[in-house]
Amino acid sequence: MTENLSSFRLTRGQIAWRAAQDIPEGAYVNLGIGMPVACANHVPAGREVTFQSENGILGVGPRPAQGAEDFDLINASKDPVTLLPGAAIVHHADSFAMITGGHLDLAILGAFEVAANGDLANWSTGAARVPGVGGAMDLAAGAKAVWALTTHTDKAGRPKLVQRCDMPLTGAGVVKRVFTDLAVVDVTAEGFVLREMVGGVDVETLRALTGAPLHVPVAPGRLSPPAGL
Amino acid sequence: MTKPVTTPHEAVAPVHDGATVMISGFGGSGAPIELVHALIDQGARGLTIVNNNAGTGQVGLAALIREKRVEKVICSYPRTNDARCFTELYLDGKIALELVPQGTLAERIRAAGAGMPAFFTRTAAGTELAKGKETREIDGVLYVLETWLKADFALVKADRADRAGNLTYRLSARNFGPIMCMAAKTSIVQVREIGEKGSIDPEIVVTPGIYVDRIAHVAEPVQEEALFRAGARYP
Repeated sequence: MTENLSSFRLTRGQIAWRAAQDIPEGAYVNLGIGMPVACANHVPAGREVTFQSENGILGVGPRPAQGAEDFDLINASKDPVTLLPGAAIVHHADSFAMITGGHLDLAILGAFEVAANGDLANWSTGAARVPGVGGAMDLAAGAKAVWALTTHTDKAGRPKLVQRCDMPLTGAGVVKRVFTDLAVVDVTAEGFVLREMVGGVDVETLRALTGAPLHVPVAPGRLSPPAGL
Repeated sequence: MTKPVTTPHEAVAPVHDGATVMISGFGGSGAPIELVHALIDQGARGLTIVNNNAGTGQVGLAALIREKRVEKVICSYPRTNDARCFTELYLDGKIALELVPQGTLAERIRAAGAGMPAFFTRTAAGTELAKGKETREIDGVLYVLETWLKADFALVKADRADRAGNLTYRLSARNFGPIMCMAAKTSIVQVREIGEKGSIDPEIVVTPGIYVDRIAHVAEPVQEEALFRAGARYP
C-alpha cells in the first residue's frame, strides 16, 4: 500500500486541467458550479470549445477585469463573465432546451458520489436543512455525455466512487467518465475501468479507496498534470 | 394595442391577496427591484411567488418574504448567498417551498404561456424529485410528466419597450422574463427606456407586445447585486 497519499493527490486546479485535456475540438460544453468552472482556463491552445451557461449564454468568456463587471452578465455561479465573439443570448426555456434537447456535447459536473452504473449524486447530501437543485438534474439528464469531477475520497476518507449511491440521485446512469485527484476512471457496462492514475500510487491502494470493483487494464496511463495549478 | 405607461406603484396596483406572482431574474440579473419594492409598499399578502431563487440580502424578493407577504415559493435554488430571509421562515415552517429543477421550471412556465397543460421530460427521472409523479417510457426511455405553471401576474425587468409593448432585454438579464410575460394573465414590465411604436426594429423584438399588459418606466433601474453589496435594506 502507498504511504503518504496526500503528496500524490492532484489539486482542484489539476483535476480541472486533466478534464479539460479531454474536451473534444468543437464541443459545446456546460461547466457545473464549483471545480468544473476552472476547466475553461485549461483548454489546450488552438482547440475551439464553446461554453454554455444555463442562464441563457452560449459563448461564455472569461471573468472581466476588476471594475469592468456587469452584473447583468453572470454565469450559473452568479459570477460576472464576458461574451466571446460569436456569443448568443437566449431566454431560460431556450437555454434549457439546449440542455434537455441533447444539444450539448458535454456537461462537466461536480459530484458527491458516482456509482459503478453511472448514477450521479451531486445536488443533496440528504442533510441540508434547505434543499436546492438548480439546473443539476437537467444537465445530468440532457447532455450527450456527463463527466464528473471529484476527489477520490471524502474528507473522512470514504470512497466517492461507489457501488450504489447512498445520497439522493441527480441522474440515473448518466456519468461516462470521472476525473479524481488520483485517477481517471471510465464508467462502462462492466463498471469502473481505470484509464490513468497518478504516479507513486499503486493499484492496490487505489482499489482500497474505490467503493466498487475497479477494472485495471494491463497498462493504465500515467496521470501527470503540470505543477503549480 | 397601445400599452399604458405608469409608475411602478400604479403598475402593481391590481396585485391581489393570494395571487400567484412570477418574478423575473436569475440571482440579481433581471430582478425587477423597483416593481418588487412597489409591491411591498402596495401590501398584497398570501402570495405564491415563482422565481429561480428565494431572494438575497434584505432587498427585492428577500424583503417581500421578510415582510411576510409570501405563503409559498416555487423555485429551483433557494440557497443563494445570504438567503436568510427565506431560510429563517422556512425552517420555522412559516413559508412553503416547491423545489423544481431549473429546466423543468422554465418549461412549465413556457408551457403555460403556450397553452400546453403538460409535457414529459427526462429531467429528474429516477430521482426523489419525481416521486409520486406519473412516468412513461417513450422509445425505451423513462420520462416524468410535468404540468404547466400559470400565474396571475408577472413582474418582469426588460430594457427597452415601444408603446406597442414590444420588449428587448439586456444581456443575461433576459433569463425568465420572456416566458413569464407569456405565462401570466397580467404581465407587468419595468423598462429603462420607452419609445414610440416603430422605435424597436421588429427583427430584434424579443417579447412581442401581445404578451405585455402594463409598462412601468424606471429610467435608472438599480441592480439587485449593487444593493446587496451596499448592504441595503428595503423598506
